[in-house]
Amino acid sequence: MSIKVPSQYSSYQAKVARSRATSESLWVRWSFIAIMLAFLTLFLIVPLVAVFTEGLRKGFDAYLAALIDPDALSSIKLTLIAASIAVPLNLVFGVAAAWAIAKFEFRGKSILITLIDLPFAVSPVIAGLIYVLIFGLQGWVGSSLIDNDIKVIFAIPGIVLATIFVTFPFVARELIPLMQAQGKEEEEAGLVLGASGWQILWRITLPNVKWGLLYGVILTNARAMGEFGAVSVVSGHIRGMTNTMPLHVEILYNEYNYAAAFAVASLLAILALVTLVLKSLVEWQSARSAIQNEQNFS
Amino acid sequence: MTTRKNVLPGFNLSLGYTIFYLSLIVLIPLSAAFIKTTELSLHEFWAVVSTPRVVASYKLTFGASFIAALINAVFGLLTAWVLVRYTFPGKKIIDALVDLPFALPTAVAGIALTAVYSNNGWIGSWLEPHGIKVAFTPLGVVVALTFIGLPFVVRTVQPVLEDLEAETEEAAASLGANRWQTFYKIIFPAVWPALLTGFALAFARAIGEYGSVIFIAGNMPMVSEITPLIIITKLEQYDYAGATAVAVVMLVISFILLFAINGLQWWLSRRNGSAL
Amino acid sequence: MSIEVRNIRKNFGSFSALNDVSLDVPSGELVALLGPSGCGKTTLLRIIAGLETPDAGSILFYGADATAREVREREVGFVFQHYALFRHMTVFENVAFGLRVRPKDTRPSDAEIKRRVHDLLELVQLDWLADRYPPQLSGGQRQRIALARALAVEPKVLLLDEPFGALDAKVRKELRRWLRRLHDELHITSIFVTHDQEEALEVADRVVVINKGKIEQVGSPQDVYENPVSPFVYQFLGNVNQFNSHVHEGEAKIGDLELKLANHQTTQNSAGLAFVRPHDIEIDKQARKNQAGFAAVVSYVHAIGPLVRVELQRSGEKDLIEAELTQERFRELAISQGQNVFIYPRNVRVFLNN
Repeated sequence: MSIKVPSQYSSYQAKVARSRATSESLWVRWSFIAIMLAFLTLFLIVPLVAVFTEGLRKGFDAYLAALIDPDALSSIKLTLIAASIAVPLNLVFGVAAAWAIAKFEFRGKSILITLIDLPFAVSPVIAGLIYVLIFGLQGWVGSSLIDNDIKVIFAIPGIVLATIFVTFPFVARELIPLMQAQGKEEEEAGLVLGASGWQILWRITLPNVKWGLLYGVILTNARAMGEFGAVSVVSGHIRGMTNTMPLHVEILYNEYNYAAAFAVASLLAILALVTLVLKSLVEWQSARSAIQNEQNFS
Repeated sequence: MTTRKNVLPGFNLSLGYTIFYLSLIVLIPLSAAFIKTTELSLHEFWAVVSTPRVVASYKLTFGASFIAALINAVFGLLTAWVLVRYTFPGKKIIDALVDLPFALPTAVAGIALTAVYSNNGWIGSWLEPHGIKVAFTPLGVVVALTFIGLPFVVRTVQPVLEDLEAETEEAAASLGANRWQTFYKIIFPAVWPALLTGFALAFARAIGEYGSVIFIAGNMPMVSEITPLIIITKLEQYDYAGATAVAVVMLVISFILLFAINGLQWWLSRRNGSAL
Repeated sequence: MSIEVRNIRKNFGSFSALNDVSLDVPSGELVALLGPSGCGKTTLLRIIAGLETPDAGSILFYGADATAREVREREVGFVFQHYALFRHMTVFENVAFGLRVRPKDTRPSDAEIKRRVHDLLELVQLDWLADRYPPQLSGGQRQRIALARALAVEPKVLLLDEPFGALDAKVRKELRRWLRRLHDELHITSIFVTHDQEEALEVADRVVVINKGKIEQVGSPQDVYENPVSPFVYQFLGNVNQFNSHVHEGEAKIGDLELKLANHQTTQNSAGLAFVRPHDIEIDKQARKNQAGFAAVVSYVHAIGPLVRVELQRSGEKDLIEAELTQERFRELAISQGQNVFIYPRNVRVFLNN
């Protein structure tokens, strides 16, 4: 379930004036726009605004207090730790998988691509469950871990593993189609000119896919920081210890401490908005270079 | 080009690492779920996954997911159309905002939707006099699932609409078709595989969803309890085998959907003559 | 010999791309691999470069077996069909790439790299584009940059895959002459792949005609054009008229026309195909006394340009015969559409059917 790079050419397309024969009358156009805006307002904009107004309901001081609460701070820290481990690992995996899949032909390739997609299809709750089955008390390796005083479940390693699982395909899914589309002529040219495999990767392949790579990293990071279901199963909800930000939001909310819950949630919403801005910037940037290539190559 | 032996280096290393990491993170842990269920006899397994409470949760999960995906198909198509074809102030912001459900943590979405759609919320208080209750009812589940599935249809249909050639529509117009005829005879047939894919993606995402739903659903057994919550509840009661049995049912359905979606996308890229 | 190709075979699945191909390329020559698309010519070029591994056979560079040598160590320059310029690097960095990726001990200094890149850019007359990016260049400019980049590593042989394929007709002609001049200047052994016979005949010292994974003929451009060894080469190099004929003891009969042949002396009653180039078809208004010919009707005249193309229909036959006349001869004859004429083929070449 990959996320498509949307509207690469939308700004370019919009400049192409449409003739009367291929457009709708003014009132149809505006009623379509109105229906769309109403739909998006009901489902996106109002809830988004609500996060901030609810968070500030008890005033700015209470808002700030909720954020600098030690439990909140430790949840922020844990979220950052989980993301800073999951993102690089999945990045390396994504590059390796895309290199093998996009530049080589081999049997079972389409099965491999489907398997990489698996974590998208698995409910986050099940993602958490499978790690409990392996590392939990009654799990496959759980008891031997406990003998050695290593805790995975209800501890940070479990949270990191669950986060890696749910963000597993993002980078690979962005890179594979991109690198497939670029073919391998440039890599072959590098080879003939005497470059080694690593030199080709660093100097030719990765610079060519830098926007897609960045895009994948942004999505991975957003999902890693925001994951709730999978992390919820493996964390054990130990306050100040194994709570990530989304879990901290849940606890506060279930304690009817709404303002504090929304205050922490607003941080995550800001993170989401920053993600959207970065994502749009990357898209415009890559669309710009794509259009440039398009215009000059044709 | 398909079976050329390749001189580029790094194949064994990259494929080896890919398979190793895939096995470690995904395949082995997932197989744990299937192996765990073998602890149950077929009879026990069936008993766990077919209790009335679990069956009610399937009905809710799949029913609400289907309705939400349907809502997204209709409004997603409209949104994609407006974003591709029309210009209006703030279009770029709206376009970027469509991805909010991808970026916003599900728990945040859950509490925000609950706040907005509860009896005293901005929208809920306005619906209540009309006898419509959203939060803590199955309707709330539909609202949450509509939210999280919203980008899928838009983002699969949008590129297809952008690639449509204006000439074919002009040709239809020059042959005497009116705008509506052009839409359902020319545009819709070109768009509908993408629409179906987007629908399937939204549906698949919705049936596994947990975070955004549990806050707004009310989680009443037999009424507004989704299947992922059943799994959590069983886990909290240390009923690992039971939790896993229900999980396996969901996994199998998810895998079937995944294969169907991959098939759809393959077909779609074939039709369009380009890789998506 | 700077390149020797020995009994190369290459299959892609059940498709035989190259079937026992052997070829010698003498030092300093510019050789064209000519053939229709899918004939295996690009595969052969990629095998020579090391971008493809042959199933059997060997490649020798200057007498040494290079079959197992890696691409990086073959010291070949390769110009890709679509140039494969590095999009994210300037023209300068593209040309410098081959020098920059060398191990430290053999890598030239920055100043040396700069000097050599500018020398090469001057050679291809594009020094002024050094800071541009590939997408900002025209097709012809990209082609020349790709060539400069390939030459930067001082290759022993230069391999070009359809070097002019992606260019429009006018630029193509210019670059063709330019490549020929460059080769005369550098004298580097070069092989280029093309499907355009005109290109091969004009530019190359030697033409290798390939069909269905086999070499049909190797020779100078004049040689392959004037003495094709097979019906395929005849058809592939320029327009040609075909006639069904009956061959018996050194004579070929095409309808009523009897021709003495230089070969096929011992052939008994066989069917053959006779080939005649359009400029070897003579036209007369009256039947010649002591020479047999065909009666035909002029069905179309195209009189623009130095040569006049005339399409003729042989009486009692369906297929058209194409003839080329000089403007002078055309005015002398003063023929027009619908007129009855007689045609006399010269330089007829007959291949037996088998």
